Amino acid sequence: MGKYDVINTRARRLDAPDKATGRAKYVDDICLPGMLFGAMLQSPLPHAEILNIDTSAAKKLPGVKSVVTAEDAGMVKYGVSPARYDETVFCKDKVHYIGDEVAAVAAIDLDTALEAVSLIKVDYEELPAVFTVDEAVAEGAPLIHEDFPRNICGEVHNEFGDVEKAFKECDLIRTDTFKNKRQDAGFLEPNGCIADFDPLGRLTLYSSTQVPHYVQRIVAMVLGLPIGKVRVIKPCIGGGFGPKAGTTPMELIACLLSMKTGKPVKMNYTREQVFLFGRARHQFVHTMTTGVKKDGTLMALKNKCYLEGGAYTSFGIATVYYAGSLLTGPYKLRNMKYDGYRIYTNKPTCGAQRGHGSVISRAAWEQQLDCVAEDLGMDPLEFRLKNVMETGDTTINDLYTSSLGMKECLEAVKTGSTWKEKRGKLPKGKGIGLAGGFFVSGAGYPIYRSDTPHSTVTIKLSDDGGNARVYTASAEIGQGSDTTFAMIAAETLGIPLSDVAVSSGDTDFGVDLGAYSSRQTLMTGHATKRAAENVKAQVLAVLSEQLDIPAEEMDIKKGLIEFRNGNPDFEGLRTRYLKEHRGWTDHPGGDDLTFREAARVAFLEKGPIVGSGAYKPGDLGGKYKGAAVGTSPAYSCSAAVVEVGVDMETGKVTVDNMTDAHDCGFAINRTSVEAQLQGSLSMGLGETLFEEVKFDNKGGILNADFGEYKIPTALDMAPVDTIIVESDEPNGPYGAKEVGEGAILPTIPAILNAVYDAIGVRIWELPLTPERVYMAIKKKKEEQKD
Amino acid sequence: MKKLIQMTINDTDCEIAVRPNQTLADVLRQELGLTGTKKGCEVGECGTCTVILNGKPVNSCLVLAVQADGCSILTIEGMQTDEGLHPIQEAFIDKGAIQCGFCTSGMILSAKSLLDQNPHPDDKEVRTAISGNLCRCTGYQKIVEAIKGVNE
Ligand code: FES
Ligand code: FES
Repeated sequence: MGKYDVINTRARRLDAPDKATGRAKYVDDICLPGMLFGAMLQSPLPHAEILNIDTSAAKKLPGVKSVVTAEDAGMVKYGVSPARYDETVFCKDKVHYIGDEVAAVAAIDLDTALEAVSLIKVDYEELPAVFTVDEAVAEGAPLIHEDFPRNICGEVHNEFGDVEKAFKECDLIRTDTFKNKRQDAGFLEPNGCIADFDPLGRLTLYSSTQVPHYVQRIVAMVLGLPIGKVRVIKPCIGGGFGPKAGTTPMELIACLLSMKTGKPVKMNYTREQVFLFGRARHQFVHTMTTGVKKDGTLMALKNKCYLEGGAYTSFGIATVYYAGSLLTGPYKLRNMKYDGYRIYTNKPTCGAQRGHGSVISRAAWEQQLDCVAEDLGMDPLEFRLKNVMETGDTTINDLYTSSLGMKECLEAVKTGSTWKEKRGKLPKGKGIGLAGGFFVSGAGYPIYRSDTPHSTVTIKLSDDGGNARVYTASAEIGQGSDTTFAMIAAETLGIPLSDVAVSSGDTDFGVDLGAYSSRQTLMTGHATKRAAENVKAQVLAVLSEQLDIPAEEMDIKKGLIEFRNGNPDFEGLRTRYLKEHRGWTDHPGGDDLTFREAARVAFLEKGPIVGSGAYKPGDLGGKYKGAAVGTSPAYSCSAAVVEVGVDMETGKVTVDNMTDAHDCGFAINRTSVEAQLQGSLSMGLGETLFEEVKFDNKGGILNADFGEYKIPTALDMAPVDTIIVESDEPNGPYGAKEVGEGAILPTIPAILNAVYDAIGVRIWELPLTPERVYMAIKKKKEEQKD
Repeated sequence: MKKLIQMTINDTDCEIAVRPNQTLADVLRQELGLTGTKKGCEVGECGTCTVILNGKPVNSCLVLAVQADGCSILTIEGMQTDEGLHPIQEAFIDKGAIQCGFCTSGMILSAKSLLDQNPHPDDKEVRTAISGNLCRCTGYQKIVEAIKGVNE
């Protein structure tokens, strides 16, 4: 092994044994004494005035402990970004979509709670509703939120360089329009929570959240509690992928019901309610115009986008920014104009999902880039290489890439997929396609304006010196972050991974902004490294005093103290340790002083050895409006080559194999990096081929279940050849940066480009259902006949 | 009206009074504390509630507890023996086949049921056997590798 003992290995995950044996506790596995069960009444109408709510029958039902409405909850507005707080716990005057919360019940069991909900009588007066962007922005359309004319929730207008001028210098310009469908994140664990308001006035919320920190703040704000009296604990959670990165009405309702009853209250979304809560991928319609020179130099992009966003904002303002800002890499783009509009509709709210905001713009553009390459008569891979950015480049919108292995990613998939041998040589119905991606390694700024550290970590040594425990509020949501931080701590302290434990996901453990924007490895990783350095320095300082050797002449490796000038006489220390451990059988022995002995002596001399570390990125980004979105201390990049087969008779697309290269900086855990790549590709495959949340003409979801909303099964998913490209990221802990989200970016367009290679016709709308592909093939055939 | 039923769960006999509309998944989780069995959809579409009932994998959310009267059931909690973890559990841990873990119990039980019949399955056989167990995290690759590797 190289320089490192713990990181860059394939260490087993710390949480795997518990998860493999059923010991791991998810929120619905927790039972508290005297616990009540909550249920919600949600609007059956997409847009309606509430005339009256009658809860009397529900209140009378035996077993019901509390019935609450907006009267009880108050009307404090909340949401994700403070500039667009547009939600309240319950609707008071009107409902905005099918699923909007109107009332809730706590009862002794779930059946009673559900029965009580059915007894609540609400009189509505239906209002005209809008379900599409076109309907919503039409002159005279009903307004979903009074203060937002034309139902425009947010808009972005940016220009970098001079696009029109650049187009004049171009030899080739083309315009295409691309659209996707709403996706559902499809995590396997429906959202759940338990709120426990105790007699001392403290509220503990156990929740399946990606962001304990933000939930803590919103709960406190909405329910009028001091932040310090609210504690949010995230148990194991069954996936998140974005939609669990905001506060749910259910969390607030459970807290309110617990405060009303003085009992713990458990609530869960059904699978249907998961779909109704939504907050997953928006529907985007991108119209892009790209201009290039004859030699393939990429000159300008004009990008106009409409996002159909649903009833509330959620992450939407960031989403509409991301749909523009992240196209400026990983290819040198000299001029860019972006106009984005996020539109409210009377449908469930869209939010952030893996690759936030940038997935569909990336899919659209990477397909268009292939068209451009073809028009120029260039190989798409060579075209991308010609324009590729390198480490140290800054994008036109001021994103600085302190490391960027894009060229390496492209070369890696070229070799790995045997691109040259296959491109243009596959039989009809078989195709190979390529695409790239670019993503943030953590958002540069918190969601609310603040100078807060983005992560704080505390490491405490056990008093015997045998264990180090990492305390962090970060969110292990399945991606493996706990193990990553344990590895970083172990490496930094110089002790084996088996001597490090992690307690995470609890707001009592510090500040951590949570699992979103692919931020934790870099940010929480930094804080962990700093905390471990601090602990190590404390131990070595005591040792230095005890042995009269300068601390700089000592190090810790593999659990042993290394002395630069050879081992000194440490018999005194060892004897001191042994004396207080009579009867133990695992005495430290050997020629070297162990970390355990050193840490024990440090404890005896100084008391508890606790070290902390914090991380906050420096000032990032430009000065223009919205410059904060897209900033990051580091950027990842990726490339994928996909091979597909298309049944020319039925239009069915099968992905045969994928080769994927991702620059994750320095890989902390190689197995986990591969696992993120494979999971991302799978999600991207589903989104490309079949995933679509469908609606009836009243804004009701037609397929709010895994039977009709299909996510990839083991039979749909193709084998992936994963290639880890390691650049050394100066802003990352040990050079590490993100992998969890960026890896999805090339998947969709690589499949699109492969399908074109297979059938010779471009498809500009997702998903690639057999019907859509078949119709495209048919249309092409007819055109050829004429 | 509750009904008394008898089951052998993880080799232990158990007698319990259940409501006629209670699912096996709920009885395992809520009455018996065997929360390793998960519920991702409650309508038989995700496989997270998979248990082995009389030797066959079933979605326990689709089985009424009363239907399991007299049956023998293996849940994830019964996979570990006095010798330690079951080799399938070892393989899942070792190969990195576990991320969020919500599908894991069901996956492992489906894998057991496959390997009991077919100790050396090929890729396609593994994928078919777990095709009723959804996993959103892993893309299945490491799960397939783990299962194929158990008896290699
Ligand atoms: S919970 Fe039983 S199949 Fe989904
Ligand atoms: S590991 Fe998360 S669903 Fe399979």
